[in-house]
Amino acid sequence: MSHLAIIPLLLPLFTGIFLLLLREQRIYVKRTISGISSLALIAVAAKLLCTVSDGTITVYALSDWPAPFGIVLMADRLAALLVLTTSLLALFALIYAMGGTDRQGRQFHILFQLQLFGLNGAFLTGDLFNLFVFFEVLLLASYSLLLHGGGRKRVRSGLHFVVINVVGSSLFLFAAGTLYGVLGTLNMADLAVKVANVSPENIGLVKTAGLLLFVVFALKAALLPLYLWLPSAYSQTSAPAAALFAIMTKVGAYSILRVYTLIFGNEAGPLANLLDGWLLPMALTTIIIGSFGLLGSIRLRQQVAYLVVISAGTLLTSFSLNSVAGIAAGLYYLPHTTFATAALFLLADLIIKRREQMEDRLEAGFVITQQKLLGAIFFALAILASGLPPLSGFLGKFMVLRAALEHPAVPYIMLIVLTNGLLTVIAMARSGSLFFYEAHAVDRSTNTYTKQGPAEPLRVRELLPILSLLGLCIVMTFWAGPINNFSLEAASQLLDTPAYINAVLGQGAQ
Amino acid sequence: MEALISILIGILTAGGVYLCLRSHTFPVVLGLTLLSYAVNLFLFMMGRLVIGKPPIISDQASTYADPLPQALVLTAIVISFAMTAYIIVLALKARTEMGNDHVDGKEVR
Repeated sequence: MSHLAIIPLLLPLFTGIFLLLLREQRIYVKRTISGISSLALIAVAAKLLCTVSDGTITVYALSDWPAPFGIVLMADRLAALLVLTTSLLALFALIYAMGGTDRQGRQFHILFQLQLFGLNGAFLTGDLFNLFVFFEVLLLASYSLLLHGGGRKRVRSGLHFVVINVVGSSLFLFAAGTLYGVLGTLNMADLAVKVANVSPENIGLVKTAGLLLFVVFALKAALLPLYLWLPSAYSQTSAPAAALFAIMTKVGAYSILRVYTLIFGNEAGPLANLLDGWLLPMALTTIIIGSFGLLGSIRLRQQVAYLVVISAGTLLTSFSLNSVAGIAAGLYYLPHTTFATAALFLLADLIIKRREQMEDRLEAGFVITQQKLLGAIFFALAILASGLPPLSGFLGKFMVLRAALEHPAVPYIMLIVLTNGLLTVIAMARSGSLFFYEAHAVDRSTNTYTKQGPAEPLRVRELLPILSLLGLCIVMTFWAGPINNFSLEAASQLLDTPAYINAVLGQGAQ
Repeated sequence: MEALISILIGILTAGGVYLCLRSHTFPVVLGLTLLSYAVNLFLFMMGRLVIGKPPIISDQASTYADPLPQALVLTAIVISFAMTAYIIVLALKARTEMGNDHVDGKEVR
């Protein structure tokens, strides 16, 4: 049995534990180890992607206990794609953190690696209870990363974030407990078999558990009305943490996709397509409310946080189409939006450093040093975020809309997604012109006219991650064909649940 | 017995939800603790109530206690314990940073 599927979990876990032993060491030792581990993680993720790209489903039974008795990890195209996205994002967030954020607390690198452990675990697990455990691992790490650096506002938004997620975890356990009580298993493939053959008197209970799980995943994915924790938490935290958190809402979206195609999907008998009629309206309203939040934001980071909400809405809109084309469009859109919003969080931090007490408030202020370069990057990222041609944002939205053509709700999807595009353009154009064109006004605190903001040297460690994330999106634009083919294959593999069940439980398990 | 435990879980959950909706951090922490008690009992119950039966295969036994919920509940207890400790520290930090223990950091009039 190949051990490849468990390496993306073990690598960050052991790096984290190792860093814990090196707590008293100098920062560059920790940086080197953390950096090497993140590079290695990318290599492993790429290898995993190559292994599963021919359509095999890699099942890894821990301690060789056969499913459904033991715990299984499993890697298919979807999981491998998300692990690779996570590891790429993590490397660039880490490089940015090496610019100084990681000095604000001793535990940064440890928490960062444990967060990666939780994220990769959530993508690779094939067991519902383990999904809960990995959710908790990534949440515990994220609670501390969120508060990294301290400060009044961070503590306040952190408190809200922690409390709502602990309540979410309780709901997850209630749902998992109910499923176990009725069906006697927590292995996802086994659950899929048992749900399809559930006895009529238990349908109500299983349905309750299924919808309760949806509440939990919707909370993680920041779907309306459970998104309220996101804007304040993401806009207050440090830039590298916010950039890494761009993938956290995608964990919720991934879980929705996995559970509601596999366990409550087309083949689930009386409970087939449990989310039909729920997911699409909620995703579309999320986009609407996110657009309003985007227009009403008073800070750039708040705007980017609302872009994360909108991207969650768009992503789940495409997943809710429940067709190969729809899911594939979402899978192309997912890495793009993750990279674009992460780069925007990092850029916002560079702007804050150049505006002193004005920070990232959307008001005309200092002339920012290196204005032309930062303005150009902002322009490119705004194009990405709003989905204008010629970059990958446009391709992603185009695929989503093309997939929606066959859906009965196409007028609503078109109207809302396109209007949102327009509103994003307006909001980003307003921020860009305030920061880069109208930058000449009064410094209100001292009531003097200062034209030039504080001179900040442009460091490679800060610029490189932003340009690389931008570069990844450009690569996604040029390689749109191969990536789209891959996501189409991933989507059809996802909807072929019998193949998944056979891979985990052995032939003829149904 | 089943009815008694169900009522107990219900009361714990109701108390937990009520306390979570309070405006100060201390009751919220207590509420989360009550919720985690409720959920632990609930998980434990999901293996059904069996008394005096072995959880491991043996020749004499005809019926068994389900060992899996016990393992699950152990994991859940450890996690909720860690979470509670973290929230208490966070609540204390919020109290010192913001000068009061309101969840939004505002003094209630």
